[in-house]
Amino acid sequence: MGICQALHKQGSFMYSDLNQRLKADVRLEEGLQACMNCGICTAICPAAEFYEYDPRSIAITVQSGNHEKIAALLESDTIWYCGQCMSCKTRCPRNNCPGLIINVLRKLSQETGAFIKSRMGRQQYLIVKSIGANILQFGYCVHPTSLVPATHPEQGPVWRWVYENMHEVYAAVGANLDGDGPGAMRKISPTDLKELHQIFKVSGGLKLYQTIGHFSQLKAIELGLTDENGDADMEKYTQYLLNE
Amino acid sequence: MNEPDMETKTKIRWSEYNKEIANDKFFYLRSCIRQNFNPGAEKVFLSILQNKLGKEVYDDPHHTTCSGIGYHSDIVPFETFQTMVARQFSLMTERGYKNCAVSCITSFGGYNEVLSTWKEFPEELEKTRENLLKATGRTFEIPENLSHACDIIYKFRKEIAAQAPYRLINKETGEPLKIVDHIGCHYAKIFPEKGVGGSEYSRVLTGMIEAWGGEAVDYPERRHCCGFGFRHYLIKNNRSYSISASRKKFESMQPYQPDMILTNCPGCNMFLDRWQYALAQIEGKVYGGKNGIPVLSHEELAALVLGYDPWKDIGLQMHQMDVEPLLDKIGVEYDPKLKFTGVKGQYINEPEFTGCLARTD
Ligand code: SF4
Ligand code: SF4
Repeated sequence: MGICQALHKQGSFMYSDLNQRLKADVRLEEGLQACMNCGICTAICPAAEFYEYDPRSIAITVQSGNHEKIAALLESDTIWYCGQCMSCKTRCPRNNCPGLIINVLRKLSQETGAFIKSRMGRQQYLIVKSIGANILQFGYCVHPTSLVPATHPEQGPVWRWVYENMHEVYAAVGANLDGDGPGAMRKISPTDLKELHQIFKVSGGLKLYQTIGHFSQLKAIELGLTDENGDADMEKYTQYLLNE
Repeated sequence: MNEPDMETKTKIRWSEYNKEIANDKFFYLRSCIRQNFNPGAEKVFLSILQNKLGKEVYDDPHHTTCSGIGYHSDIVPFETFQTMVARQFSLMTERGYKNCAVSCITSFGGYNEVLSTWKEFPEELEKTRENLLKATGRTFEIPENLSHACDIIYKFRKEIAAQAPYRLINKETGEPLKIVDHIGCHYAKIFPEKGVGGSEYSRVLTGMIEAWGGEAVDYPERRHCCGFGFRHYLIKNNRSYSISASRKKFESMQPYQPDMILTNCPGCNMFLDRWQYALAQIEGKVYGGKNGIPVLSHEELAALVLGYDPWKDIGLQMHQMDVEPLLDKIGVEYDPKLKFTGVKGQYINEPEFTGCLARTD
């Protein structure tokens, strides 16, 4: 798709059949049976305590099927506030799970490109760059080399010591950092990593990374974060997100 | 008449939450976070099962991340997550095992979500089978039993107590140590019937504390999330969400002056350890202990009472919060000089400081 065409599509956001697309996800059936608007989920929700966030209203909006309101949710910061603790699932008298409804909304927000309309949504690009890249490169969500003390000051002096003496410390506690065979932090063999890549290719994981990347590029261009050829400069965009 | 103890009360109220935990022959599934931050905990878990309890547990080098952190931060689609989980089950099947022992709480919640989806929506199971076959040529069986590592330690808590040279008792005063627990949200909040004691009155960690001589102390925010929040910790700009949730827990447990915090989730363990340091740096406040409250996981505590070496075996030097005050109370024998040494016992320099605040003495 050319950039112009893509920008045009971004404008309309391919917002057709939102309700059907939400319902096609089995998790909506699991997460939303019949919400009675009681607000118990909001009472227990740590995100509601921290942000202007109300899982009750999310459940009610999705249940209403109101196309405009759902489209507005997809473009909002709101759906990105949930911390996925699933405390709401435990307490809901109807056995709903607003946290799971959130997963379905977030998926659709990314597929339609709506996520780049909100500051919190745009952060998805940073997660693909960190956790997403770790999964494909190492076969782990997290790897010690990716936990750079300068960007993780909260990790404290002991982590800095571990990081600076990585191989010695891991070996001293009996881990197998980057080694062959079993053990903690062993190197994931090329054959196993290839299987992981194939899974991501066949089941839509890679496609989602690319979709997030694609819409993020469009946003970078819209913001004028481009190189001399007018292409998106994703390093500049990353810096923009980090300071947004 | 004496009040029935917590265990008896729990048995009466929560008998429906006595989940089934396999007895032997486990296929081990490691945790990304645990391997990064507390790899010794996984090592001693395997050792306790194999060497102390005589169980068979297989540590397969071929399994990878389950991608659960990616799934809950919404960059990994459910379809991919299901297929990643299916590959772990395929490795289990290939090795002839039927029981999974899961190290990570995010994985444990995720595996349960996938198994429940497959039960309710058989077409999802079919699609996953197709995806896995197409991607890797693999097939798989569904495990007969899926237990978290803490379930297994809980199941054998009395056998561990019988072998343990140490008790969770202050050797000076003879009083039981006061221990607060923190249960990872995804252990039982999604599927309460999959956790020992359900989600409201979880027994899995308090059962260990009591079996090993300590006193399990309830506190108002016992059920509150540690604040990981997936995308909230992963994105630096959002980390205030994480730290404020942990702060709420520390404020809530502080009046009870706990000797330690016991956890079952690799992520929670790391956060409750690191955020004490960060809060002390930001607010100058230390929530307990000499210079912070030690935070140990179920594997680490089991290994400690069983007499494993705190540094070489358990790797407790990788915690920011000092564990020495706890070791001293229990009377664990250890060599302080070995804390910051390498493989051959040589000194390899040490952190600028440990605990919450740099010492001024
Ligand atoms: S607790 Fe359940 S029924 Fe009540 S508002 Fe929340 S989702 Fe709806
Ligand atoms: S999963 Fe999300 S909506 Fe539910 S309680 Fe946790 S933060 Fe709130």
